[in-house]
Amino acid sequence: MKIPDLAELALRNLRESMLRNSLTTIGISVGVASLVAMLSLGIGLQQLASRRLVKSGLFDTVVVTSRRDLRGMGREEERSGPIAGESRVLDEPARQEIERLPNVIEAYPDIRFITELRYDDKPHLTMISALPDSAKSNDAFDGMQGSFFSADTAPEVILQKTFAEELLGKTPSRGLDETKVADLAGPLLGKELTMRYAQRAPSVAQPAPPRADAANSADSSLAGAAYSVLSREQKLKIVGIADLDPESMRGPTRARVFLPLKLAEELHVMQPGDLREISRAASDQPVYSSVSVRVKNPTQVQGTEDALKKMGFTTFSLLDASQSLRTFFRVLDLFLLIFGSLALAVASIGIVNTLVMAILERRREIGIMKAIGASDGDVKKLFFAEAGAMGILGGIAGVVLGWGIGRIINLGTNFYLRRESLPPDNFWAVPWWLVALAIGFSFLVSLISGLYPAGRAAKLDPVQALRYE
Amino acid sequence: MTTAPVVSAANGTVAIRSENLCRHYRMGETLIRAVDGVSLEVRAGEFVALLGSSGSGKSSVLNLIAGLDRPTSGSVVVQDRDLAKLSREELAKYRLHVVGMVFQSFNLIASMTLAENVELPLRFAEVDRSKRDDQAREALERVGLRERMHHRPSELSGGEQQRAALARALINRPKLLLADEPTGNLDSHTGTEIMDMVREFNQKLGMTVVMVTHERALAERYAQRMIFLADGKLIDDHLNNLPGGQS
Repeated sequence: MKIPDLAELALRNLRESMLRNSLTTIGISVGVASLVAMLSLGIGLQQLASRRLVKSGLFDTVVVTSRRDLRGMGREEERSGPIAGESRVLDEPARQEIERLPNVIEAYPDIRFITELRYDDKPHLTMISALPDSAKSNDAFDGMQGSFFSADTAPEVILQKTFAEELLGKTPSRGLDETKVADLAGPLLGKELTMRYAQRAPSVAQPAPPRADAANSADSSLAGAAYSVLSREQKLKIVGIADLDPESMRGPTRARVFLPLKLAEELHVMQPGDLREISRAASDQPVYSSVSVRVKNPTQVQGTEDALKKMGFTTFSLLDASQSLRTFFRVLDLFLLIFGSLALAVASIGIVNTLVMAILERRREIGIMKAIGASDGDVKKLFFAEAGAMGILGGIAGVVLGWGIGRIINLGTNFYLRRESLPPDNFWAVPWWLVALAIGFSFLVSLISGLYPAGRAAKLDPVQALRYE
Repeated sequence: MTTAPVVSAANGTVAIRSENLCRHYRMGETLIRAVDGVSLEVRAGEFVALLGSSGSGKSSVLNLIAGLDRPTSGSVVVQDRDLAKLSREELAKYRLHVVGMVFQSFNLIASMTLAENVELPLRFAEVDRSKRDDQAREALERVGLRERMHHRPSELSGGEQQRAALARALINRPKLLLADEPTGNLDSHTGTEIMDMVREFNQKLGMTVVMVTHERALAERYAQRMIFLADGKLIDDHLNNLPGGQS
């Protein structure tokens, strides 16, 4: 029999015992609904978590350092080791090459240095870090007072809350936390700071000025790459005060003051790594102690890291942490899937029951069909089609129902969160693939349930079946 | 077994030939010989009545010829097909294309309209919908039920239902029409109407008809040949002198 004919006959037969088939179909839809509701919550939570993580920039960033820089730390024996040959200088051409890697959004040098900032004629020593323009979307700036840098070269700074407190002479009290960022913004936004820093200026034929940490570096006396250090000042306007730490991943070396990246580059501030790297620079291109590489998606971190290692760099990312997070959600989804499937399994028994009843009821009809030329296959397909139709209908109804249940749970949770003064969010997502999966799964389960009844119907002896009243 | 066919095959092509046909089955401890060594030949275009009391095995013989049942032993060859050797699938094809059946209880499917009932064999034959509609209409026209094609069987009289069943039996233009007590549930007037139609198909369409009945009068009136069965055995087989002299 052709498929449209089968479908038509199957639907007609389903209509004939409307009540029973509706009940069975509702059973399936409840099963599918529980599956969809469970999985949509699992997926929603996962999306929520990864949305946060992606925004935080922790899991899509790879920090690249020159291999020697990290390994050697100035120790002679390491430097002359066999691996030294593979290592590469992390200079501007290398940065551009990294940026051309697939899936890489940007690669920007990490510029960070400790220097003195004067505010109100009082000096404050702190770690300063440069931020690229893309950091604007960073989660850390969500609750920021003021605004992000007006331009990538603007002489502006964003202060971390604790530093702002320091400027105003407030000692951050541990227990009694929560000076509101807004309270700090009033007196500070728009004010000027003076940054005193050491500028690195290229100077031909002059040896590098001797400094304690560079004195024993064997390479530092290499000619042609020397520079002088000049003391400079730069006025900076406070444009923003951030609550969170945008560089929480850095741990102990976290900065408390942030500059626009381009501005920092133009200032040529002397950095701790300069003395070690400068000796290895093949040209007069700028050399970086480390470069942050942002990839499009946390899942691409691994591939990018591998590519970077092949280029001869050392990399660091929080991939391991995100991997265990993904594993957690896989397991969670699996459990939700199993619990959701239980209801569907119960529903599938309903299908078997309904179809076995239908065989008893329609014995004679099966006999008639066989007598006028239906093959075993035709009868089998017809029962399959009925099971499948119940599966698809139940699947569609179930998706709608599950969608509704998920929504209600989400609304309820958000209502609760709001009462607890927590920000509401979306814990629930029904992606298209879940809709397709649920209906497909329901169809499949129904067909499997139809296997036995269909086989039984097909095997009916027509003579016996016709005798049946 | 012992009873040889009266009619020689030389008079026309043989439509049905059975040799020592047996159908036995067990009911608990006892072996029931529903059909017990029946040998017969039916020529193409013949109108044969199978007669006998209930339990004589006449319906069992018909089921074997119809391919609804398989012989325990012996053979039944219809239109050069040895039914015992056909697979289930081939047997279904045989029932679909070679045989048309009508039953005592009409056996229309209650949930379908007449048109749908009549075209059901065409669905199994995977005929296109447009062709099916035409053929169903034509078949119902032939039995005078065109106006009622969208009615359900329950809305029709017995005679009308049997006419619809006849239309369904004809739809695939089979060579063989098998009727199992076709007038058993009808009053004599409607019965006559149905039998006239069967005779018309036999004469005008050249269909071979095998009809099971226990009414000797009916057989004498319509059949060219009468075969008597008792206890699963063929006990008599003779030509009938039809009133119209058609034999």
